[in-house]
Amino acid sequence: MAIKTGDENFFTRVDKGINNEFMRKAVATAQGRIDGRRRDSISSLGDWEEWRNHAEEIRQHTLENLDFYLEQLAENVEKRGGKIFFAETAEEANEYIKNVVSSKNAKKIIKSKSMVTEEISMNQALESIGCDVVESDLGEWILQLDDHDPPSHIVVPALHKNREQIRETFEDKRGYKKTSNPEEMALFAREQLRKDFLEAEVGITGCNFAVAESGSISLVTNEGNARMATTIPKTQITVMGMERIVPTWEELDVLVSMLARSAVGQKLTSYVTGLTGPKDEGDVDGPEEFHLVVVDNGRSKILGTQFQSALQCIRCAACINVCPVYRHIGGHSYGSIYPGPIGAVLNPLLGDYDEWKELPYASTLCSACTDVCPVKIPLHNLLIEHRRMMVEQEGKAPFAEKLAMKGYAFAASSPSIYNMGTKTAPSVMGPYSNNGFITNGPGPVKLWTDIRDLPELSKGKDKFRTWFENRDKGGN
Amino acid sequence: MKVSLFLTCLADVVYPASVGKSTVEILERFGCEVDFPKKQTCCGQPAFNSGYHRETKDVAKHMINVFKDAEYVVSPSGSCTTMLHEYPHLFEDDPEWKQKAEELKNKSFELTQFLVDVLNVKDVNAKLNAKATYHTSCHMTRLLGVTEAPMTLLKNVEGLQFTELPHKEQCCGFGGTFSVKMVPISEQMVNEKVQHIEDTDSEVLIGADLGCLMNIGGRINRQGKPIKVMHIAEVLNSR
Ligand code: SF4
Repeated sequence: MAIKTGDENFFTRVDKGINNEFMRKAVATAQGRIDGRRRDSISSLGDWEEWRNHAEEIRQHTLENLDFYLEQLAENVEKRGGKIFFAETAEEANEYIKNVVSSKNAKKIIKSKSMVTEEISMNQALESIGCDVVESDLGEWILQLDDHDPPSHIVVPALHKNREQIRETFEDKRGYKKTSNPEEMALFAREQLRKDFLEAEVGITGCNFAVAESGSISLVTNEGNARMATTIPKTQITVMGMERIVPTWEELDVLVSMLARSAVGQKLTSYVTGLTGPKDEGDVDGPEEFHLVVVDNGRSKILGTQFQSALQCIRCAACINVCPVYRHIGGHSYGSIYPGPIGAVLNPLLGDYDEWKELPYASTLCSACTDVCPVKIPLHNLLIEHRRMMVEQEGKAPFAEKLAMKGYAFAASSPSIYNMGTKTAPSVMGPYSNNGFITNGPGPVKLWTDIRDLPELSKGKDKFRTWFENRDKGGN
Repeated sequence: MKVSLFLTCLADVVYPASVGKSTVEILERFGCEVDFPKKQTCCGQPAFNSGYHRETKDVAKHMINVFKDAEYVVSPSGSCTTMLHEYPHLFEDDPEWKQKAEELKNKSFELTQFLVDVLNVKDVNAKLNAKATYHTSCHMTRLLGVTEAPMTLLKNVEGLQFTELPHKEQCCGFGGTFSVKMVPISEQMVNEKVQHIEDTDSEVLIGADLGCLMNIGGRINRQGKPIKVMHIAEVLNSR
């Protein structure tokens, strides 16, 4: 799927999002439900702020010593009979995965949920060599059936769809005849997927966190599909972003507790799976071959910059679930598989500012995201930092804006100019006034008055300065 | 106690005297001697949030100088006070200015925060017969950390029939330049906010940030809704 989900212009996407009533209802309901559960579940942990500090420390420490932990991970994966491959680019990762699959003559691949495989367009790469790649996460499977509709959320990929729409997809694509009752539909999906699980020669998974001390990978799911994908096929390939690693099981415990709560408001998800290498002699199930693909794809260039904290992300989507912008425009409007506040921060880092110039501005900086992030990424500050980079380093700001800001700063740091401006502004705006309000302003003011009125600017005796001065002179 | 008023540019340029006047009168009622340094301008937030940090530094230096002799700086805005608190970050590689910025930060307060936390006032003896609700602005609550002070004071306003705003933690869609750069999104956000306000059946919407009030009030006006918008200083100065 690649990071980018389409070529449409940002504002076109936003308009489509805003006009999609079904989607907006589905998103608003889901946000309310998930965030409500999140709040309940963190309150049972005790001092949440202390947990956040601890999690932040773990993530910072890991990133600062990433080389060391990745090396330790590699050593331990190999010690347990697994293979590890470090891919600098998406292409390198896909080449390696294709080679493994081809060497097994595999045609059927079963996948559990993974954002990084979306990021590198792995499915397309495998399809290009004739493989049938089946998503086994329910949400991902729905999207795959629906002609590869892009995910709109990193935890609940089909969040933008309501039940009825899902039922229709099932009916159109797989002849489903029953109701839109979630249990009934889940049962149907399970039956349909069972055959794929049994036939698959290769299982591919993502990885919530790798554990350096033991060379293990962990998977956090609610459907148990990851367990099927890692026990039945003979070959397992796990793909992870290079930053998704913890030093030991102790840190894993902390982060998984916080991930489950932040992502879905559960103390623990139904399944937390830890896997280490291929099966040992005498083991009943598990893969005979285990490959771990560690993907860089632009991450290492973020290390050591002022944006490093973005790599602390544990992909819980709590920031997305509280974002008011996301609520109104939906995930597809971001044009990326990474939507919401973390997407607005991450996309320009993994890609560039030309491609993602609007996203850092698609935020009021209300900081609701920063407030909920379990690993304390200062998301709204990073958005400001992106804006600064575009203005100061890349010279990407529109000329008119540059001029306006220079003029503003000049006036706001020289009181005589400021005072002159504030005195003349009301007469400039005067002709646009209508009953104390400006309803159709000139120039940039028009953008404001397109949707709301502006109070008429205060002048002369109405102004605070006049009142205060007169009062000083004994008047009132 | 000597207090220097930081009026904010919106209360200075856009709005008539009432917000500043109310702020001064309340502070005086509780024994403060209020001065108004005339050279003050704007906190610099429009430039800062847009990424123009070189320009912001010029504005910040000016404001630091304006208030350098002040004992306390009090402002009728959570967001602009937050911006003053942001100044030290602007001067990370300039120890001299960073020090000065820290000094300004440590003596700057939002109005209700100052009344409750510094002056220890819980009741300002105000009176307003109205059904009202209160919009908690994002910067004031989440960044400045002032959540209880306005409630403490409003609770004691005689005659005020108060209803809490549903989803009060949600942003109104102002966001400074966001309101003109992202008009379609801002419109949806402010519509939702106005709907929540209507759901409380209030006659008056109270707020502590003129930016939000200008946005919400402007939308209410455009829609012709019978809801009056008041700054919290005006409410606390009603009697
Ligand atoms: S940025 Fe924070 S809140 Fe958002 S997905 Fe990542 S960890 Fe979760």
